[in-house]
Amino acid sequence: MGVRLVLEKRPERSRAMQVASPLLAVALTVLFGSILFAARGFDPLHANYVYFIGPLTTLWSVEELIVKATPLVLIGAGLAICFRADLWNIGAEGQLIAGALAGASIPILAPHWDSALAIPAMLLLGMLGGMAWAAVPALLRNRFGANEILTSLMLVYVAQYLLDWLVRGPWRDPQGFNFPKSIGFNDWHLLTTFGDGRVHLGAVFAVIAVIVLAVFMSRTLLGFEIKVRGEAPRAGGFGGFSQAGTTWLCFGISGALAGLAGICEVAGPVGQLQPTISPGYGFTAIIVAFLGRLNPLGALLGGLVLAICYLGGEAAQVELSISEKTAQVFQGMLLFFILTCDTLIRCRVRLEWATRNPSRQRQFIGLEGGASRTADAGGAAQ
Amino acid sequence: MKKSIVVAAVLALSLAASGALGADALKVGFVYVGPIGDHGWTYQHDQGRLAVEKALGKKVKTLYIEKVAEGPDTERAITRLARQGAGLIFTTSFGFMDPTIKVAKRFPKVKFEHATGYKRAKNVATYSSRFYEGRYVIGQIAAKLSKSGVAGYIASFPIPEVVRGINSFMLGAQSINPNFKIKTVWVNSWFDPGKEADAAKVLIGQGADIITQHTDSTAPMQIAGEKGALAFGQASDMIKFGPKTQLTAIIDDWRPYYVQRTKAVLDGSWNSTDTWGGMDTGMVGMAPYTNMPVDVAAMAKATEEKIRSGEMHTFAGPIYKQDGSLAVPKGKNLDDGTLLGMNWYIKGIDDKLPK
Repeated sequence: MGVRLVLEKRPERSRAMQVASPLLAVALTVLFGSILFAARGFDPLHANYVYFIGPLTTLWSVEELIVKATPLVLIGAGLAICFRADLWNIGAEGQLIAGALAGASIPILAPHWDSALAIPAMLLLGMLGGMAWAAVPALLRNRFGANEILTSLMLVYVAQYLLDWLVRGPWRDPQGFNFPKSIGFNDWHLLTTFGDGRVHLGAVFAVIAVIVLAVFMSRTLLGFEIKVRGEAPRAGGFGGFSQAGTTWLCFGISGALAGLAGICEVAGPVGQLQPTISPGYGFTAIIVAFLGRLNPLGALLGGLVLAICYLGGEAAQVELSISEKTAQVFQGMLLFFILTCDTLIRCRVRLEWATRNPSRQRQFIGLEGGASRTADAGGAAQ
Repeated sequence: MKKSIVVAAVLALSLAASGALGADALKVGFVYVGPIGDHGWTYQHDQGRLAVEKALGKKVKTLYIEKVAEGPDTERAITRLARQGAGLIFTTSFGFMDPTIKVAKRFPKVKFEHATGYKRAKNVATYSSRFYEGRYVIGQIAAKLSKSGVAGYIASFPIPEVVRGINSFMLGAQSINPNFKIKTVWVNSWFDPGKEADAAKVLIGQGADIITQHTDSTAPMQIAGEKGALAFGQASDMIKFGPKTQLTAIIDDWRPYYVQRTKAVLDGSWNSTDTWGGMDTGMVGMAPYTNMPVDVAAMAKATEEKIRSGEMHTFAGPIYKQDGSLAVPKGKNLDDGTLLGMNWYIKGIDDKLPK
């Protein structure tokens, strides 16, 4: 005897609500954020202004916003494709690092190669590096049915230690007082910048990537294949679509974009290799992808929203003397509300007396396609 | 009549606005590498900030950003403070060096103060403290009190500042026990309580009964307490975290320097300088000597006094390098240039510098 909460799939889903879900999530975040501010004794209106509007009011901070959003959008757009196919690449952070390492090999190993070809070569290597790192979970999944969530995540740590070892060992700047940093890249090995000198070419790549992926997903057969695989894998099988093929493709695309983001960061704002080159962009981009409805165009917006969250957090520290933890709380609330809204739009909650209706058919659904996921993994293992 | 009311209202409004913005007050910005609650390095810098507020009251307004990563975010954090109208900005970590120089170029009217670095510019001064003087004192205490004759040293990065500290500690220890040993763990971070705690456990496991650290968290002190070892606080008095564990702590006292430099900006006398203050200037202080016999405390106090008065230099010759070659002969002291670039160990240290 007992009451249980049952998540029941709604017979029909409201399209309007699906679009509204991220907006609702942002609104809820702001609402609960205001309560948080009020509890700390700040005027919620002013605090929200500092947090969310302030970063948009000066050219300088808009530029910084673009700098911050660039890697998030690049990675988020790629992850959106992957997640759409019901493939869970959680290791974009590692692919970012792998791309940065591969691309940075040129300025570090050939510091005197002053050529206009250096940057294209670095970018290409960066994408290949990210792709290679992402190929490992794809291979393990296709070949052995290994869970890609675990393999991709664990490869993040491998990449981090590889970077760590390189900047402390063979790639350390000989003139750097033993500090774990590579040499600073020279002008031939740094991306072109715009405006105040912080916005770099990566922002352009991010916009191009978003447009190309949006067209790819909506206008091509391969894009259709990816969607079918996520929504109805068995139907895809009957249609002759190769599961292994889409796995390679999705990991390839998201890995390449994460790698591109990595090399753009080190050849952009960082300008050298050092033990940490990303404050977790690869993980934050997961929120970006969901905020953007797993749609490349949406990732562009999602990236900007999270960048505001981050910059706003910093501004709040300076102007309101709020702890930097607030920014993290905001990010956490945002993801929480998005997932909650999504789930409640797809499903409804019902209380059920468990023992009274044992024969009643129930359907349990995990957060994002959890049920189909198990069936899918089983299929892959066969 | 009506007009004058409008004028008065406008005046009142504009006055209120300028008051709210604090147009007259000098804004002083601080960029911290750790959280202000680390009870170590950043905490002490924040004490300096509070001292500036207390000493200069309404003449200043302080701003700070904590936990700024040494990387792509540093430049933006410094720029933000400059954009906010800060006239003086303290950047308090070695890794902020290049971004500080970069931002300083773009804001020639803003004065910058960078801690522990070596790059200066017309509007960038540097300052650091001779922490190593305190390390000589704690080296002596460690050699007196250690039963195993082994101290565990939790080190951050193999940069000269840290290497100098290890050497100074060892010189102090050798002055008491020539066979004293140090075991070192490099955690490659300034602030990582988890890693620091693990390092402390490993070192104690390897026979060290006294722990000292060149990292900023209180974790090693707490682990030492749990395992029945003794420890030295770092940067700040950590006695609260080890009432039965802490022997003393090397305290970085930035307060007088920060107040003095802010005053200099206010009265227009600020210029780019390189300050390296020791016990004599009060920048390095020692926490009360606790959990030790009276005679050891007296010895430590005597050494501290000798260093403060200039009677002794902690790097007085003869000093031999690890490979046996003579670094400085008897009767001479190591010069500041060598100290600043120190990348070698003295004789008696078994560890190899990470290469």
